[in-house]
Amino acid sequence: MNFITAVSTGAVRAGTSVMYASLGEVVAERAGIINLGVEGCMLAGACAGYIATAETGSPYIGIVAAFAAGGLLATIHAFLVVTRGANQLASGLALMFLGLGLTAFFGRPYVKVQITPLKDYAIPGLADLPYVGPVLFEHDVLTYSVFPLAALLWWFVFRSRWGVMLRAVGESTESAFAAGLHPARIQYAAVAFGGALAGLGGAQISLAYTATWVENLTQGRGFIAVALVIFAMWNPLRAMAGALLFGGAVALQLQLQARGVGVSPFLLDMTPYLLTIVVLLVWAQRGRDAFPAGLNKVFRGTG
Amino acid sequence: MTVAATVRARFTGQSLGNLGPVPVSALLRFGAAIAVAMLAFAAIILADGTNPLETLRLMWDASVGTDFGRTEVLVKVIPFGLCALAVAIPARVGLINVGGEGQFYIGAWAAAGAVLYSGAPGWALIPVAFVAGAIGGGAWAGIVALLRVKGKVNEAISSLLLNFVAIQFVNYFVYGPWKDPDGPNWPFSPKFPDAAMLPMVYGDRLSLAILFVAVGLVALFLILRYTRVGYEARVVGGNPLAAERAGIPVGRYLLWALIIGGAVAGIAGMAEVTGIQGRLRPGISVNYGYIGFLAAWLGGHRPLGIVLACLLFGAISVGGDSLQIGLDLPGSTVNILMALILFAVLAGRKNRTKVGA
Repeated sequence: MNFITAVSTGAVRAGTSVMYASLGEVVAERAGIINLGVEGCMLAGACAGYIATAETGSPYIGIVAAFAAGGLLATIHAFLVVTRGANQLASGLALMFLGLGLTAFFGRPYVKVQITPLKDYAIPGLADLPYVGPVLFEHDVLTYSVFPLAALLWWFVFRSRWGVMLRAVGESTESAFAAGLHPARIQYAAVAFGGALAGLGGAQISLAYTATWVENLTQGRGFIAVALVIFAMWNPLRAMAGALLFGGAVALQLQLQARGVGVSPFLLDMTPYLLTIVVLLVWAQRGRDAFPAGLNKVFRGTG
Repeated sequence: MTVAATVRARFTGQSLGNLGPVPVSALLRFGAAIAVAMLAFAAIILADGTNPLETLRLMWDASVGTDFGRTEVLVKVIPFGLCALAVAIPARVGLINVGGEGQFYIGAWAAAGAVLYSGAPGWALIPVAFVAGAIGGGAWAGIVALLRVKGKVNEAISSLLLNFVAIQFVNYFVYGPWKDPDGPNWPFSPKFPDAAMLPMVYGDRLSLAILFVAVGLVALFLILRYTRVGYEARVVGGNPLAAERAGIPVGRYLLWALIIGGAVAGIAGMAEVTGIQGRLRPGISVNYGYIGFLAAWLGGHRPLGIVLACLLFGAISVGGDSLQIGLDLPGSTVNILMALILFAVLAGRKNRTKVGA
């Protein structure tokens, strides 16, 4: 495999988990709720998916478990911030700690257990294409699903009636309520769905990418997802591109290392965060505030 | 909150931050929240077939039950307390600093650099490291402050993002230029000379840095309550527009509150390398910045509340270490209890009401 194909394939493989998580977070934040606990939801998904797969032998049941676990954990956040009006940043960080603790505790007996990982399916015909084939058409189910999902979510957020409702709630719960919507229900659904997608992202790591479970498996990818959402200005397609860029940076590092080229991996690891800050700065100067207005409130004052 | 309620809050001074003693009802609610969290934690532990009573007893014995344990709790209060102050100071002017973790790392880095490479004589090493740590953390927060004041970039987001940059920044040095040339091939800086290590005030683990926490908390209380700066800071935090009209230099307050907060987190980093580690290494903070954020929040950004929250988190964290040894549970298990306590308090607190909820 040549260098470019190897890096691109790696970008897709490494970027998928973060892509799921950031797509989910786009939906939650579009409803005006930021969830800093994405990391916890990813861990919950990774761990629950792994346990379910180990117990049943089917990684597909694992996927379902991951979706449910991520969604359930995020529902706690929804309860606290929507029903109880709690500070979103504090609740989200606490959720991260909860996910960290729960998965370390319940995942402990499974650390040395082997599972049947998600299989890669080469799509007949397409997989034989030069360059594109291995990059796009030799993956597992979760990786295949994420690209159509991004497109679907873009359509959902910007073109569908539900998307209008979602964004209306994210701009102002008061106006949305006055317009006859149920802001609380929509926010619950958005946050739970966001957590469920983060759970799938976690499952892609534990069931396919590494096919192992260890404590703190996600290693901060949840926070990268939160950064990417801002980088993407709450647009699912841009979040997809951002996640691929992140995956590319990871893959590039591995490939450069394998080829003995000395580039500081630490510098590469910094770039997603620095890029996001630059993007924020540029947008702020242009006076373009793509923030869902409901989120702006979260960041003002100490809550 | 309606406009009328907002105005009322402004005039009754609620949003300026209540500095008085913690009311009894708040303490009772707090106690109830902890009890609920403990029960939930016990249920989770039980679900896995582990004896919850034994677990809690072990945690209690390890943290509060012995002299050694109580000292260890105070050892944890050093990073938790300083990182909580790093959040509480900017919070007073209405800024959210989620960047304590990064400021801690840069403070530790700057202090280590000063100890190892400044060439200062032995007697000056500790003061130099202290100043370097403060400047390091302050400068790191200064980036956030400049982005906010000059660039209109939200401080909560930029400070959070810079945490991950800071961690990699430190990694670069300990894996690269600062790696101990004489040591095994580990990503550690050379060991500090003895003269750079903080003196111990109790036993051989609790360093002088516990006084930094005490001084910082008392200073915050006195400044807020008795000085013009404290009053103006609270006005800025309560209503920046009114503050601006009253001729208070709002921008300067925002800038310096963040920088001072960062400096305090930087000092926490300095205390970690010169009080405990004796060298710079990767992963020097175990989420101290985030725990500090939650402690500040739990303590209502008030000095006394912060002390209580830090003692509680300190005890939980020390208890966690004992689970690893005593029950072969992952130390991270206690994160469940910490999160549950926060959830219980968050859910029980009277928060702003939301429309349609």
